[in-house]
Amino acid sequence: MSGELKSILATDCGSTTTKAILIEKQGDTYRLVVRGEAPTTVEAPFEDVTRGVLNAVMEVEELAGRKLLDGDRIITPRNGDEGVDVYLSTSSAGGGLQMMVTGVVKSMSGESAERAALGAGAIVMDIVASNDGRLPHEKIRRIRDLRPDMILLSGGIDGGTKTHVVELAEIIAAADPKPRLGIGYNLPVIYAGNKEARTEIEEQLADKCSLVVTDNLRPVMERENLMPARHKIHDLFMEHVMAQAPGYKKLMAWTSAPIMPTPAAVGNIIQTIAKRESIEVVGVDIGGATTDVFSVFEDVFNRTVSANLGMSYSVSNVLAEAGLPNVMRWVPFDLDESELRNRIKNKMIRPTTIPQSLEELMIEQAIAREALRLAFTQHKALAVGLKGVQQERTISDTFDQSGSGDTLINLMNLNLLVGSGGVLSHAPRRIQTVMMLLDAFLPEGVTELAVDSIFMMPQLGVLAQVNERAATDVFVQDCLIHLGTAVAPVGKGKDGQKALTADIQFREPRRFEVNYGSLLQIPLEVGQTVEATLTPAGKLDLGEGNGKAIRCTLKGGIGGIILDCRGRRPFEIPTDPSSRIKKLTEWTEALGVYGPALETELQSADRG
Amino acid sequence: MAHAYTPGLRVNKETLISKTRRLPLKGQVVVKKGDVLGALDVVARTELPGNVQPLKAASILGVHQQDLEEYMLKNPGDSVEKDEIIATAKSFFGLFKSHVRSPITGTLESVSTITGQLILREPPVPVEVTAYFDGTVSEILEEEGVVMEAVGSFIQGIFGVGGEVAGDLVVVVSGPEDELHADLLKPEHRGKIVVGGSRVHLDAVSRARELGVHGIVVGGIDDADLREILGYDLGVAITGHEDIGVTVVVTEGFGRINMAARTFELLGSHVGRQASINGATQIRAGVMRPEVIVPTQTVLTDVQHVEKEPEGLGIGSQIRAIRVPFFGRLGEVTELPPELQKLESEATVRVLKVRFQDGEEATIPRANVEMIET
Repeated sequence: MSGELKSILATDCGSTTTKAILIEKQGDTYRLVVRGEAPTTVEAPFEDVTRGVLNAVMEVEELAGRKLLDGDRIITPRNGDEGVDVYLSTSSAGGGLQMMVTGVVKSMSGESAERAALGAGAIVMDIVASNDGRLPHEKIRRIRDLRPDMILLSGGIDGGTKTHVVELAEIIAAADPKPRLGIGYNLPVIYAGNKEARTEIEEQLADKCSLVVTDNLRPVMERENLMPARHKIHDLFMEHVMAQAPGYKKLMAWTSAPIMPTPAAVGNIIQTIAKRESIEVVGVDIGGATTDVFSVFEDVFNRTVSANLGMSYSVSNVLAEAGLPNVMRWVPFDLDESELRNRIKNKMIRPTTIPQSLEELMIEQAIAREALRLAFTQHKALAVGLKGVQQERTISDTFDQSGSGDTLINLMNLNLLVGSGGVLSHAPRRIQTVMMLLDAFLPEGVTELAVDSIFMMPQLGVLAQVNERAATDVFVQDCLIHLGTAVAPVGKGKDGQKALTADIQFREPRRFEVNYGSLLQIPLEVGQTVEATLTPAGKLDLGEGNGKAIRCTLKGGIGGIILDCRGRRPFEIPTDPSSRIKKLTEWTEALGVYGPALETELQSADRG
Repeated sequence: MAHAYTPGLRVNKETLISKTRRLPLKGQVVVKKGDVLGALDVVARTELPGNVQPLKAASILGVHQQDLEEYMLKNPGDSVEKDEIIATAKSFFGLFKSHVRSPITGTLESVSTITGQLILREPPVPVEVTAYFDGTVSEILEEEGVVMEAVGSFIQGIFGVGGEVAGDLVVVVSGPEDELHADLLKPEHRGKIVVGGSRVHLDAVSRARELGVHGIVVGGIDDADLREILGYDLGVAITGHEDIGVTVVVTEGFGRINMAARTFELLGSHVGRQASINGATQIRAGVMRPEVIVPTQTVLTDVQHVEKEPEGLGIGSQIRAIRVPFFGRLGEVTELPPELQKLESEATVRVLKVRFQDGEEATIPRANVEMIET
């Protein structure tokens, strides 16, 4: 199929909106032509997902001025000017894929099972492990109450003891869980544990569940083998879960490739880009209810979803988890605690409202920083040690497992940080997005920043499976809005003392000096690059060691180049309110985040 | 665009109220179509499978799990009583005996020779669904439940805690701007649904629990008070299962906000009538809001009240501002400019112009108002 494609239609059926994009080959390259959207129609009164798909495609049809539909049918294959070569789709409608996973030891097979499920695009509702501290009847009740779409049962290394994993199967059998959607089928359970225990597991579960057996995801202690389990999750997602959702049988017949869970597709495009550019990437999608974080470090892909960190439905939970002082530290004015609490709760109960006043915007962006920071902290805790598919750690590393090993996330090596989701994509000024990403992720050394303003990563992710080139062409040229490059030395300095000297080769060479505790923005437009020599002061490090200069290429963007000398490890904000407000005001003024805009705020360069 | 539709909370003086009352599992419907019922009458019942208790019998007996069956005194399927000996083993030439006693009354479900575990199941738990409000059974859903109907007032709140309760309505404040303090609640309010004004205080909720007040309907509540009432900080708005002894329905939002005059007057017109309220709130796809139902006509001869189609937001529509800086204020739409406008926050959005009840005029994002539906 690949190589011959001229016209591609892709949709993403989200829980509220169905988004369609039309991609066409223009000369040698693939470009986004138009996009359309319509409300998702999984729930009453329509209860047929294809209705929303057709509405979104109809909008694309009108905007592109080309016939794509023949009644209620997408025209494929293309016939001259009518129709498209392929039609693809992703879906997170109906709350996405909700799974429960089990393992014998929570921090070992339990964590491996969690990584397998998350990587396949699922939300992990709970991890049931032999050593999770709950009594068996509590586990049984939990499984019953949660009603997952699917269970991944793992535990034990091949040839090891069978008792614990069979005990977990007994617990599942006793719970006799019913699937969340549909009543006419058995709950899918994937067994990916000790292969010696397969017979016993079948005895326990074959009659009660739709049991599928696959390779052990932890065949030996020091190796994970997650892909067979992930493939089975995708197969069962299509066969059981999706097939139960209204209209999906029809949609499955329309698409040229299997429908993917939305987060799995996003993970796919991020991995494709990391591989193609040989870079290390972090991506984040902050939504109303959840925040997804994706990363590729040392060729290992990881994904986490923070199910209760978001900007509307879950906004109150951000406050509960981060604590009031952590939210307040980003607010550049005085605000009474009970007033802030009430405002956040009012946003929770009326999630579609938008900030009208500047103060409200500042509060919303303060909460976003904390939601992103917490989601990233959770990601760092899971993206650890034991490496993905078929890669081994040394046996001595294995004993670190109790502490979950070292995180793979090395911010100094991070090349590209991509943000997505309403609060980042629709910030009134792009520099606000830059600031939120910097504050929440605290990137170190030299890092390029970008935002996916219309969220087409899901559609590009599923496209990457069919035609990688088309997906990456559009990703680089149309999907990302380049925000610029951040330079942040690591270490602690003294406020007001020189922290960084940047010699940048514009038409004329220019030198910039930044003091510790400050930020400086240097305009550099999208598409432009400059060579630079960056020299951190004595105790500060840009990756080569304390005080050692680095030479690099800096890429431009809407925010230009940001020299961020506010310190890393530690990054500190004054705790007393008046000093905090003074410092935050100084930083936001330096970049024109709020108040009078700086010239570099080139909103006109947006392509969203 | 001359019209935009911003769904609001319903405040209906007289409408046909129809609710599906469904069991969580299939069971038995115990009423007939056309039956006229009271709020507390049972319409359907079923039995949920009992809880399961695993028991590590082999390790209690100190025997190998493969041999467990030899020591069992009961077989799978047998009934067991709490503390009854269900397995026994002798050791040291029969000098010592160890026993396994059942921790529950129920049945022995299985004996595992792989894990050495027994699975015991408690007796089924009966579950009943009530009519919820006074009305007529208009439809029977075989083995699942019924549809209940009545004509009366229907008011949606914005947020609530606690489940379904019923009681006579009583207004304890003199106006929608008054706050509800503990001293306004008296012993005669036991079993009643109490209507407050702009804010219910923590002390009033505590007093209501002590007195056995069934429910509180009020304009606002402070988040700090809610946290005290629940004992935790509410992270996600999914409520209804709280066991706090009183159901609270908030009509406007968090903070001190006057109850909309229309809502207050409507509730006031029903003093002495029985109301059914539910605090259950779910703000996700498939949103669920708390509600107050006051049936005025429970025997339906034929359906004379047809629900009005929701109208679009237009000039003259009554709205409520639902975000700072105008939060909680009520007014009338005076203009719906079609072009996008830039706000103080610099977001560029669709707006409307509103004249508030005090005559002040303002421009507000359309996303930040809700229609007061009648």
